[in-house]
Amino acid sequence: MSAPGRLPRWADLGLLPIVSLLAALAASAAIIAIVGESPWVALRLMAAGAFGSQEAAGYTLYYATNFIFTGLAVAVAFHAGLFNIGCEGQAYVGGLGVGLVCLGLDHHWPFWAILPVAMCAAAGFGAAWAFIPAWLQARRGSHIVITTIMFNFIASALMTYLLVEVLIKPGQQSPETREFASAACLPSLSALLGRLGLNVSASPLNLAFLFALAAAAFVWVFIWHTRWGYELRTVGQNPSAAVYAGISPPRMMLIAMLLSGALAGGLGLNEVMGVQHRLLLDFPGGAGFVGIAVALMGRNHPVGIFLAAVLFGALYQGGSQLSFDLPRINRDMVVVIQGLVILACGALENLFRTPLAALFARWRHPGEGE
Amino acid sequence: METYTLIVLLLAATLRVATPLLLAALAGMFSERSGVIDLGLEGKMLGAAFAAAAVSAVTGSAWAGLAAGVLTSVALALLIGFACITHRGNQVVAAMAVNIMVAGLGPSLALAWFHLGGQTPQLDAPGQRFVEIVWPWAERARETPFPGLLYAELLSGHSLVVYLAAALVPAGAWVLYRTRFGLRLRAVGENPAAVDTAGISVNGLRYQAVLISGMLCGVAGTYLSTAASSGFVRDMTAGKGYLALAALIFGKWRPYPTLGACLLFAFTDALATRLQGVALPLVGVIPVQFILALPYVLTVLLLAGFVGKAVAPKAIGVPYAKEQ
Repeated sequence: MSAPGRLPRWADLGLLPIVSLLAALAASAAIIAIVGESPWVALRLMAAGAFGSQEAAGYTLYYATNFIFTGLAVAVAFHAGLFNIGCEGQAYVGGLGVGLVCLGLDHHWPFWAILPVAMCAAAGFGAAWAFIPAWLQARRGSHIVITTIMFNFIASALMTYLLVEVLIKPGQQSPETREFASAACLPSLSALLGRLGLNVSASPLNLAFLFALAAAAFVWVFIWHTRWGYELRTVGQNPSAAVYAGISPPRMMLIAMLLSGALAGGLGLNEVMGVQHRLLLDFPGGAGFVGIAVALMGRNHPVGIFLAAVLFGALYQGGSQLSFDLPRINRDMVVVIQGLVILACGALENLFRTPLAALFARWRHPGEGE
Repeated sequence: METYTLIVLLLAATLRVATPLLLAALAGMFSERSGVIDLGLEGKMLGAAFAAAAVSAVTGSAWAGLAAGVLTSVALALLIGFACITHRGNQVVAAMAVNIMVAGLGPSLALAWFHLGGQTPQLDAPGQRFVEIVWPWAERARETPFPGLLYAELLSGHSLVVYLAAALVPAGAWVLYRTRFGLRLRAVGENPAAVDTAGISVNGLRYQAVLISGMLCGVAGTYLSTAASSGFVRDMTAGKGYLALAALIFGKWRPYPTLGACLLFAFTDALATRLQGVALPLVGVIPVQFILALPYVLTVLLLAGFVGKAVAPKAIGVPYAKEQ
């Protein structure tokens, strides 16, 4: 077996993800066919369900907002050589921070004053939840994959306790807090555009989408255009070389994970402050794990992550449409596709990389045998 | 006497909860000792739970269900193996992919085949489940509290899989520490290059380890859907695969300590169910969530080196590339 070959940059960043994605979609189509529906009809229904109307597109981008945040979170950790599976828990706890700020301030402060505090709370709570596994990895060598998984479960137990016993609105059965006053709700994008004279149909898409885009731009600048970003990537690619360059790997690991947790906390802004307007159980809904798929597909680059997040937003929104129209398909099919995308883009990367690299090598040096 | 009965029932429940954990943790032990991180326990168990329930529902035979469960789990294990042994993909990513895929695939196929909204039909016909085996004179022994009740509740009255799991602990220990295969397996997880130099195939050994893991997870999943309950429901493993992994780490990748960890974690689970809303003297009502989170907190503390030290197999997570 030959070592995985090198690909030109454009093929590595553009072609390989597309080939992997097509393979994953082909496998998904086969499963849809096994289930007894036509893959072609399913694809058309999904596309229509995801982009067919302004409302549909709004839903797609609303899902994408969550996935941009979690995708960026996974990617920043990846750049430092860390695998953060704990985005789900960090987003959950980040949302708790947002919820506490909104519950505490919504009757006292105006919106413009609550917003920055809530943003700090989202980032701070998310980062704090990432800090413990990060510190344990950096200082005590505890495997961060395992600790972040454990912290997902601990976060889930903590939030269930808080919502069932402490924060629940008195006199109701379901474990939810009271609804926030309007001062603590992010305006929807249709309301914002309406103020500019543009008429867009209502959807859950809200201001948090713009924050997600800003976060993507920030990550791009941070990773590729700051000294910290440079050091962070050095640690990720070769920790021992980093030490010789005078960089402290434990310190960069901590910084990467804090930033990662803060980005995951951004999901709380979108879900808690933007859409639900209260705290409830399990609002991240698996977005932390979608973030893994998004980061892998987007090649850990903000532009790629944005595109992959929109694709997954379309899958989620289109998938719910699918379950309405096709009786033999439910929303779980989207989860299957998500798993296949992670498999093809992440784990089976070399399966496609090796033949592609061989193809390029032959094309560049025709006639040379291997 | 009331307390005594409660404790015996609690211990019996512990055994039942511990069984799938133990099977999965032993599965993980073989895989991880060979150097392959086994985050896929959850997905393999869930896949087996679905396949076993589906086949048992159609054929009416729990044994056919077991075969289907084991086959499914082995197929998933081979998929992970193909990705991260043959193609040297990231083991964590491959396992997460399989976990997520199976979480969706089970309910999807169940809906298409049984039209019950993502579940399999109830297994209530005789022979469709692994039922409790009642040992001789268990009913009569129940009348005398000690040791009769212990006999009736703790030894008797479990399904075949529980006894199988118990037997697999010494069997696993024997294979791991007393056979040539076990020696090689442990070596390949610590120093694959040395094993390779000795002329033994690293990838071959890892595939064997992954296969064993697949089989044991298959039994664990089958237990969940055809013995502990009667049918497959969405997400029925509910994190048990990760809990088993935690137990394996808590047991420091060794069979008997892992058994201890599984029993401890299962006991907290059984206790949480019992203590729901019960006020205890001195402390009052302990929130169930705290008890349920305890295994995870303990594992983190252990990994941090605050409670003993867990040292993973040295080559874990690193794909082996033969030198060119």
